[in-house]
Amino acid sequence: MQPVISLENIWKIYQTGDVEVTAVRDVSLSVQPGEFIAIMGASGSGKSTMMNTLGCLDRPTRGRYLLDGVDASALGRDELADIRNQKIGFIFQGFNLLSRTSALENVELPMMYGGHRLPAKEMRERAMRALELVGLAKRFDHTPNRLSGGQQQRVAIARALVNQPALLLADEPTGNLDSRTSIEIMDAFQSLNEKGITIAMVTHEPDIARYTKRNIVMRDGVIVSDIIVPDRFNAKEEMRKLDEEHQAAKLVK
Amino acid sequence: MKLTATFRIALRALKRNKMRSILTMLGIIIGVAAVIAMVGVGNGAKSQVEAQIATLGKNMILIFSGSMTSGGAKGGWGAAGTMKVEDAVSIVREVPGVTMVSPEIRSGAQVAAGNQNWFTSILGEGPDYFDMRQWEFSSGSSFTEQDTRSANKVAVIGKTTATQIFGEEDPVGQIIRVRNVPFKITGVLKSKGLSLMGSDQDDVLVVPYTTAMKRLTGATSLRGINVQAASDDIMNRVQDQIGALLRQRHNIRPGHDDDFTVRGQQDIAEMATAQSKTMTILLGAIASVSLIVGGIGIMNIMLVSVTERTREIGIRMAVGAHGWDILLQFLIEAVTLSSLGGLIGIAIGFGTAQSISHFVGWPIMVPPMYVIGSFFFSAAVGVFFGLYPAKKAAALDPIDALRYE
Repeated sequence: MQPVISLENIWKIYQTGDVEVTAVRDVSLSVQPGEFIAIMGASGSGKSTMMNTLGCLDRPTRGRYLLDGVDASALGRDELADIRNQKIGFIFQGFNLLSRTSALENVELPMMYGGHRLPAKEMRERAMRALELVGLAKRFDHTPNRLSGGQQQRVAIARALVNQPALLLADEPTGNLDSRTSIEIMDAFQSLNEKGITIAMVTHEPDIARYTKRNIVMRDGVIVSDIIVPDRFNAKEEMRKLDEEHQAAKLVK
Repeated sequence: MKLTATFRIALRALKRNKMRSILTMLGIIIGVAAVIAMVGVGNGAKSQVEAQIATLGKNMILIFSGSMTSGGAKGGWGAAGTMKVEDAVSIVREVPGVTMVSPEIRSGAQVAAGNQNWFTSILGEGPDYFDMRQWEFSSGSSFTEQDTRSANKVAVIGKTTATQIFGEEDPVGQIIRVRNVPFKITGVLKSKGLSLMGSDQDDVLVVPYTTAMKRLTGATSLRGINVQAASDDIMNRVQDQIGALLRQRHNIRPGHDDDFTVRGQQDIAEMATAQSKTMTILLGAIASVSLIVGGIGIMNIMLVSVTERTREIGIRMAVGAHGWDILLQFLIEAVTLSSLGGLIGIAIGFGTAQSISHFVGWPIMVPPMYVIGSFFFSAAVGVFFGLYPAKKAAALDPIDALRYE
């Protein structure tokens, strides 16, 4: 099967004044369809650079990046924008929804751009389906400030899914959420992954990484470990445990 | 991205900061309003003046005695008393293209009939005067050539004077006394309304100029001569030839000032509109300064808006917006701002012109060309001053924009 992500000897070197900083050195990586990976590492390990490269927000200095079979390492600004539009769904730590814009319109946003033009009615239907998938169809007309953090992140997930991308890219998706909501979001990711969607997630929390199938750890711009998660968390199971603990705590009181 | 969707986003962004949007538009609003008001009032004035000029008659040339600019003290038109009846006779005889002349005497006098009296202006004219000025009679007719030759005591009465002295009665055939000299009324003139100077043209009693000279004023010189040319296109030539003839007759050597003034109907129109031209230039200057300042205001606010919405730009770019999409979004926002200001300015301009017209008493006229023109000009201001901020937004790096706090 053709890998979704294929990095071949990727280098990323930043030029800050006279100093050259090598953020990523000679990284190769292959991710197959249906995988759910976590890229981990301390700050400065190169994981943000990896994220930007995988997300086609930035081009590698050297090396080749094939995304869903398309060479994205030598494309121009607008072509990269089209790739992001068609093949990648972004989920950010800060949700990055448009404020004072309804959930539905936020989800419609990716369909507004790119080469294809859908009729307004179909755009709306597709956005509603994406919202249903994350369980927020009822709140389609709410603006982000009327939604909780978890709900906002689920709107962001719906937005990421709406163009049926080859890859979901999540950058610290639980960074701004409490532990309970974090589990909710991981539950959403796990069920999407079960439906066959490939997910790559950047996180520095080992707990969160344990919900994924494969953990890649980076340090100083290189991959130092790449393992299949042995005892994977199941979000539904964890949620039940959390509820039980909560209950127990109440009884003690 | 679809243009309609972009337009909707722009409108929403402007609605979000209502106060700011309105303040930003103010420059454009004032500029466009000034243009519309200026054009409306100016054109109204022009048509008003043209209508008044038309009451003079057709292809009229007015010759005034005495130069308007002779020496330090200006006696006013006709004060010098340099024009003679013989000048009028020689003009009609020697200048080709002159169809009619009417020597003019002007005076003011208390007139009375029965137990009514009224102060009115007394005009001494030739019998052709009414034809020249296309002044029709509501009853009776003009005095005759014979009346003029014999200096008969006959008069034609203006509408205002007739109403003041005779009320509803028909004055034709009645006697009116001017400085105790009885005059027989031969005709009543139709109303001509206000003159260019704002005086009532109907408040008049017209008598033969010979009668005026001999029996009323005792003057031997004329105030001026009314001349009619055969057609519009020979006006300039006729004016020049009259000037040359009069210089010769008055023995004025080259290099010396004329002791008379020759004015064509068009010159009078130009003099009358000169004032409104000054106002037009002044308002035009205000308008253009205001539009430039308004444009700079738009540029300023758009730059602020781009900075404020850096993250939004980042999000849009992350989900696939091209630089062009972002550029268009901000450009449309700037154009919406400026053309909305233009529309409001047009409305306010009409309102202002309307209320000015209330005070000055003439109707306003704004040609549709100016309305369309000022709308498109304000839109163009938006494009011009919105381009730089929009380009700045489009050139943002998506990674930096997403990280912007």
